[in-house]
Formats: sequence, C-alpha cells, structure tokens
Amino acid sequence: MSFLSIRELSVRLKGGPPLLRRVSLDVAAGEVRGLVGESGAGKSMIGKAVLGILPGSVEVTGGEIRLDGVDLLALPPAERRRRIGATAALIPQDPLTALNPSRRIGGQITDRLVDILGWERGRAEARARELLAEVQIPEPERVLRNYPHELSGGMRQRILIASAFAAEPKLIVADEPTTALDVTVQKQILKLIAGMQARHGTALLFVTHDLGVVSKVCQSLSVLYAGMVVEDARVRDFFAAPKHAYSAALLAATPKYTDPMASLTPVPDAVIEAVRAEVAAADRGGHG
Amino acid sequence: MQLLRVFLLRLVTTAVTLVGVAVIVFFVIRVVPGNPIAMMLPPGATEADVAALTALYGLDKPLPAQFLIWAGGVLQGDFGTSITTRQPVLGLVLGRLPATLELSVMALVMAVVIGGVAALTGTRRRGTRVEGAIDIANGMALSVPDFLWGLVLILLFGVLVPVFHISGRVTPSLELPFTTNFYLFESLIRLRFDLWLDIVSHMLMPALALAVPLAAIIGQLLKQSLKETMHLDYVTLARTKGYGENHVILREALRNAVLPTLTLVGVQFTFLIGGTVIIERLFSYEGLGNMAIDAVINRDLPLIQGIVILFAVIFTGVNLIVDLLYAALNPRLRHA
Repeated sequence: MSFLSIRELSVRLKGGPPLLRRVSLDVAAGEVRGLVGESGAGKSMIGKAVLGILPGSVEVTGGEIRLDGVDLLALPPAERRRRIGATAALIPQDPLTALNPSRRIGGQITDRLVDILGWERGRAEARARELLAEVQIPEPERVLRNYPHELSGGMRQRILIASAFAAEPKLIVADEPTTALDVTVQKQILKLIAGMQARHGTALLFVTHDLGVVSKVCQSLSVLYAGMVVEDARVRDFFAAPKHAYSAALLAATPKYTDPMASLTPVPDAVIEAVRAEVAAADRGGHG
Repeated sequence: MQLLRVFLLRLVTTAVTLVGVAVIVFFVIRVVPGNPIAMMLPPGATEADVAALTALYGLDKPLPAQFLIWAGGVLQGDFGTSITTRQPVLGLVLGRLPATLELSVMALVMAVVIGGVAALTGTRRRGTRVEGAIDIANGMALSVPDFLWGLVLILLFGVLVPVFHISGRVTPSLELPFTTNFYLFESLIRLRFDLWLDIVSHMLMPALALAVPLAAIIGQLLKQSLKETMHLDYVTLARTKGYGENHVILREALRNAVLPTLTLVGVQFTFLIGGTVIIERLFSYEGLGNMAIDAVINRDLPLIQGIVILFAVIFTGVNLIVDLLYAALNPRLRHA
C-alpha cells in the first residue's frame, strides 16, 4: 500500500484560477517519485499541500491527501500539523534562507525531536551528531554550535538533509534541493540524498524540473502541465517511451550531455496547444 | 576585539559630540534676549547694583573667556553655581536625574510592552479585523503628540474618573525614608509597597503619555517586519516540523524581526526623553525637564548648560546601549 496517496486534489488561487487540477499520485513506502514540469506547473504546490504549508492566498477545493492512510485534509489543523511533523519532512530548495540566522544549528536539528516527538534533549543531541556524521560534515560537535552564516551553502544543505531525516520520517518532500547550489556541489548533494534515502528506506517525493536528475534518483515520476498530471509512469518505461506527447517533447527538450553543443529544442507549439486543449477539456468535464 | 574597537571609536565620537553640544548651548543661550541679572534684582535697582552682580557671576567678561572658564570648570566636575538657587549645578541636576530616568524607563517599558503585544497580536491575527483595529489604534496613537496625550489622560483619569494622581511624584504628606532619589527603585528594595504604589500611581499617567506614541511606532514597525519574516523559508520549514502559529512567531520570527525595530527604538527613546520636558511640566513632576523649564524662564544660564550637557550624555549613552544590544542579538555582527 502506498504511504502517500493523493486523490483528485484540486487547489486554486482564492477567487482565482485553478492551480492543481484533480491531481492523483501515489508514493509507495521507500519509493522515490519524481515530480516534473515547467515553472508554474504546480509541482511545488503539491509538495506544499502534502506538508500543510500552502500559502494563505490559495485554497484546497477538493480531493484528499492520505498520509499513512489518514486523510490530512479531514484533520483539525493542530492534529494535522503534528501528524505531518512526526511522519514527514521537507528538504527545502534554498539552503541559504531555510535556516534561522539567529539560532544555532544544533537547536534547529533537535527542535522537532524534543518539542514534537518528546525526546529527551540528550538523546536528540546524540542523534544530531550522528546525523551530521552521516551527511559527512567534519567536526559535527563544532558545527552544532555554529550559526548558519558561519557555514557554506553546501554545508547548510547537508545540515538540512540531516535535519529532514532526523525523526526517521516515512516521507520526505525534496523541493528542488539542488537548484540553488553550485553545479559542483549539486552532484554530491544528489548522491547524498539518494544514499540517505536508500539507507533509511524513506519514501521520497522529488520535485524537480530536471529530467536528468529524475533518471538518476527516481523509480517513478509524474509529469505536470498547468496543474494536471499528464503522465504517470515508471522511470524506466518513461525514458524508453514516454506516452504523452507533452512529456515526449519535454524529454526531447532536455539537453544531452553527450552533445552539449547541440542547440536546445523547445517544446513545439503544436504540443503546447494540444495539452492546453486537454486541460481546458478537463476543466469543462470537472464543472459539468 | 571588533566590539572593543567599536566601543573605543564610539567613546571618541561621543566626546566630540559633547564638546559640540557644550559650545552650541553656551553661545545660543547668550545670544537669545533676556538677562539673568535683571531677573534677580528687584525693580528699581541701581546701575551700580547691576554692574556689581554682573561682575560677581563673571558675566562682564568677553564670551570666549566666559566659555573657557566654564569649560575648564566642567572638565574638573564643576558645572558652576545656579544663579537662582545659588547651589552647585551638578548637585541640583544629579538630584533631579533619578526622577526623570525612572519616568523615561517606565515609559519605555510601557511602550515596549504595549507595542510588542500589539505587534504580536496583529501578526497572529493578520488579515482579520483584529489586525485592522490595531492598525487604526496605532495610527491614532501616532498622530497625536505626547503632550496632547498628557492632557487627555489628565482629563480622563484625573478629572473625569480620578483614579490616578496627576500631579507630583509622590503624595507630599508621606514620610519618605529614602537615601537616594530613585524613589520607585528604592521603595521596591525597601519593600515599602505602600510607597511604591503611591509612586507608581503618580508616574503611570505621565509615563503613559510619553509611551503612547512610541508604543505605536514599535507596534507598527515590529508587526511589519514580523509579517515579512513569517514568509521566510526557515519559518515555513518550522511549520513542516509540526509547530503552530504561536511558536513560529515567538521562536522563529520574533528575534530576527526585532532588529530593525530595536534601532528605531533607540532613536525614538531619545525623543521620549526629550518629551519629558513638557510632560513633567504638565504633571508637575519634579524631574530634570521641569527644572529645565524653570531654568529657562529664570535665565539661569549655568543651570541650563548643566541640564543640556546631562541630556546629551544620556542620549549618547542610550545610543551606545542600543548598538551593544544590536550586536548581542545579531550573531552575524558578533563574530564579524
């Protein structure tokens, strides 16, 4: 049974256009699912909905998000927060802004363990040291006492990854975790996340616009366009033969490492028009 | 190391500032019309009496010479003698200082508490009518100056519903066992809560009048920076950990949001101290400000100079404290 199960999730801007159109997807325990699409396709919105951090300007208009069988949207807010905090975690996009500048690293890793899960402080601190060692941070003891500004972006992303795994969550949402990083650091971080995921057996929802990343770390993927899932496939099948014309075009548009000088292929206009028509048809169906 | 260098640099600039203040106040009060000697003598005094008294206070000498004599005395801790009371200025001024310090600090504490609660409540209830009401109250508080608040408070709580004292520092008939002039502080230390309550009841209204505009500034600015901070990534990350709104505001947002407000409070606190001059007059509160007005009315030149210098020392001291607090709260500055 899948650990995360999203059914017919619809989200819209309050009094505005839909942002997610009856999205359904599953992430099995221990599975890594990629969530791809162009900017504004709604991939981050899905991650935010799962973690209960949708901005105040949007509202959920229908559907359910089942985490370990429980529909989060049906829970009262406080209960929902605790459940998410205890079973899920986020690896954020920008390590430079995702740590509180006025709090020491140690407290930012252990706070959830102590406050939400009720661990003893000593045990939580031991856990933090252990995790920092696991993400290959030298001198964990010192780093725990550091403030974020004393550490590099790559170090901070390692810390955020360690922090995400701290409570042994069943699901982690990684929201473009390498986008803000230096290209040289990106590869290491990606390897680190994949390695941690495999060791801990955590289900991972990997939000990215990079199909190359998906082919390396994911087992399945959902392709989004305008808030609609246009393709849901196993990664191996997808890269062999994408079913939807839009995903095929997206795949064709990905630059090839084998031929870096080749000019970029944009997604053809005809394909865009076709997928837009499909979205419009779905909207009509949804209202009818 | 860095902090020490900043501190020493500040000492130098403070000294320069104080010299500037001394020069300006000395010459300005001698340029404006009004002769202290004329004020002291009864009508019908002879020319010779005036000349004798003028010579006695050294006011017959050229201005630069007068200044050097005064400045030389100040450097040795002698601020001269008050013309009206014939007592040493330093003693007079230091005797009144505690009253004004207690009033200012009480007003500051009230402003921080009221403004802080307004900002936190407004942030907690952002986008609701509660926030709207707080914004309106802030706007009203800001658009009325402290002395008008003083008059309003006198009318409301002194005349209409007389629950607080609106005149003086303590009920005159009370026996005061104090050895210092820090009445509020000393009554607490001596556990004389009866006296303490009487003193607080006298201070509450003038302090509130001083606090209201500052509270509004704190409320508005802190709420604004809190709301901005609430959108930052580390706040969102804390929410995914399972933390609720109150916790997120207090532990994640507040400390980072408070920095810009702190700088402003430092500047505004000096304005507040300036406001004590009129407020003390309004409430017949025996502090420095009240004394300053008497000194100006009586053209008591040495006393005016002493008070202004003391105010300048307080202002620069407040700014120094704010800078040190800022460094203490901001880890990026502490280690830079």
